[in-house]
Amino acid sequence: MVNGLNLAFQFLDSFAFVVLAAAGLAIIFGIMGVINLAHGEFILVGAYATTVSATSLGLPLPLAMAAGVLVTALFGVVVERVIISGFVPNWIGQRTVGRDLVEPLYDRLADSMVATFGLSLIMVQGARIRFGNSIDQIATPFGNVAYGEFSYSTYRLVLAGVSVALLVVVYYVFTRTDFGTRVRATMADEQTARALGVDTDRTYMLTFGIGSGLAGLTGALFAPVLSMQPTLGSQFLVEAFVAVVVGGPSVVLGTALSGGVLGAVNATVTNLTDSTTFGRIALLLTAILALRFLPDGITGFVERVRTRREEGE
Amino acid sequence: MATGSTDGVAGTDRSLLGRVRGRLEGPNTVGNSRGFWAGFALAVVALVAYPLVGSGEQFSLFLVLALLGLSLSVVWGYSGVLSFGQVVFFGVGGYAFGVVSINFPDATGITGAVLAGVALGAVSAALLGYFMFYGGVRDVYVTIITLVATMVMNTFMAQTAGSEWTIGEAALGGFNGMPAIPLLELGVSGVVSYQFVFNSIELFLPAVGAVEVDPFYYLALALLLATYLGLRALVNSDYGRVMVAVREDQDRTRMFGYDVKRVKLLTFTLGGALAGLSGVLYAARNVYIDPQVFALWFATLPVIWVSVGGRKSLLGAVLATIGIEYFRLSIEGEMALVVLGALLLVFIVALPGGVVPWVSDRLAGSELEMSEIDDTDAPREVTDS
Repeated sequence: MVNGLNLAFQFLDSFAFVVLAAAGLAIIFGIMGVINLAHGEFILVGAYATTVSATSLGLPLPLAMAAGVLVTALFGVVVERVIISGFVPNWIGQRTVGRDLVEPLYDRLADSMVATFGLSLIMVQGARIRFGNSIDQIATPFGNVAYGEFSYSTYRLVLAGVSVALLVVVYYVFTRTDFGTRVRATMADEQTARALGVDTDRTYMLTFGIGSGLAGLTGALFAPVLSMQPTLGSQFLVEAFVAVVVGGPSVVLGTALSGGVLGAVNATVTNLTDSTTFGRIALLLTAILALRFLPDGITGFVERVRTRREEGE
Repeated sequence: MATGSTDGVAGTDRSLLGRVRGRLEGPNTVGNSRGFWAGFALAVVALVAYPLVGSGEQFSLFLVLALLGLSLSVVWGYSGVLSFGQVVFFGVGGYAFGVVSINFPDATGITGAVLAGVALGAVSAALLGYFMFYGGVRDVYVTIITLVATMVMNTFMAQTAGSEWTIGEAALGGFNGMPAIPLLELGVSGVVSYQFVFNSIELFLPAVGAVEVDPFYYLALALLLATYLGLRALVNSDYGRVMVAVREDQDRTRMFGYDVKRVKLLTFTLGGALAGLSGVLYAARNVYIDPQVFALWFATLPVIWVSVGGRKSLLGAVLATIGIEYFRLSIEGEMALVVLGALLLVFIVALPGGVVPWVSDRLAGSELEMSEIDDTDAPREVTDS
């Protein structure tokens, strides 16, 4: 019974970690085709902004978290304008030499990767120069749940609940609202979307802003439980990519499913071997096997099974 | 203008030199002119003379890493397989060299360790490649699988600190790595052998005076030159054209009757062997290797070198590796990483095709005299020294 509870808590923890790590990336990589190696550093921005507004400005935690999300979203919009879409350099170029200087990085996987790696170097080192090797951490709220001889942080349970809620909201926004339809139209076929009156430029900017805001939210939510170092973002990066890619083409649903599968594997192996290292290795190996045997990801596989069944009837 | 006239020369020239040049030149590499080869010869002379003025011990690191850059250039730039896993084969090669040479620390054993490192790099690439390409994994999924493989190695090797992780005499050492790898000595013990590291030769030059040169530097330089020229011959051969066809359009290449999976697997295996060789030399040079070679930041480095230099150019991979690594290690202070990051950003956003193809296009586009073509190797000299 107690072991079962341990396993359940561990599962919820891994699930929340994978889903929250992947949430922003699912949109930026899954929908926009930009490999954002600075994703971890976007999370860093959210975490630092939250911590600093709570400790230095004395804001209550929920407000500090909102500030973290907002700061990261704005930061994301700036990055999108300056680097990813090249809007600002091209605007300057048009004024000075009369031509565009750069091409947008959308759907140029390798180039976007190098550019954002450069960005991530600047951000990690910038954070180190500005804030030093670590900053004071916010205390973890809510206390613990005790059961038997064990106890578990309530806040981590809240994280699992938040990650589920987050998935529902993102799913709703991208499938049920006008904005979501415009986004998906832009990603599917930019020219046609523009011909039909969608302001694709604005859509890209807003979508990138939302993706960044979600990364900021991840940072804000994990701010009370992580040690605040400039390198804190790197622990999210690989799991985030793995979750998005294993999820497959239906990005949000896929992230939820892969978060579930990978979280379960991680929790089970960690529990069995008593070693988080082997839990992580098992998670990564599962991802490799999943990509090999389900090349379209989990949702692609589900889709194929459904089509086959419909054809069979 | 360069290509047209020199193709003619190479085609008609029946001399040995002409035939060799004919093998090394073609549309898949930049630098098919007399001017290029003149500049190339100058650069080789400069590199050979470099230890007389600078530190060959340090520079040899860049030459070793340039091999790693070349391994990615051939896999990604010529066959279109973007791999984060080159460092896996690099690390496997390095660790294999360490394990074998610690267990057999004489010249024969160490020579065998070098071969074992290269072979294991190739075998691990072949296994991963077979798993991916024959399993129908394509495009970005290949990239992610190789990235995840790197992370698996990183996580796994970092926890091998315990005494149960010992192979013969060699302890893997977990996060602290494997120290005290024997000094690189090639040959057959008792018959003929030569120690390449920590064995400086003192030379006496008339103008300069006494200088110490590091034999390992020349070993690395010779291997790099041989690899570069060998790969040039490969990518300009018929097989190289098939590799490029796979990069440009896999489905069409298959329609023409080529076995796309086999081409990718063979190229990937070759890339693994090269990365393994690079890893062996890296471990031999540092007499040490640790799991940092599987770390995420190290895995991204080859991709960065090759992107900045120009992924469709072998020369670009070599020059960018040397240039970026030289810059990375020579700038100091807290702004160093900020500057490096900003440079990468600007280069990739402004010159998406890479530096070397850009320079080569500028040259081909304008009518330049031969002397000016030599001058255009100037940026390369600047980054080199």
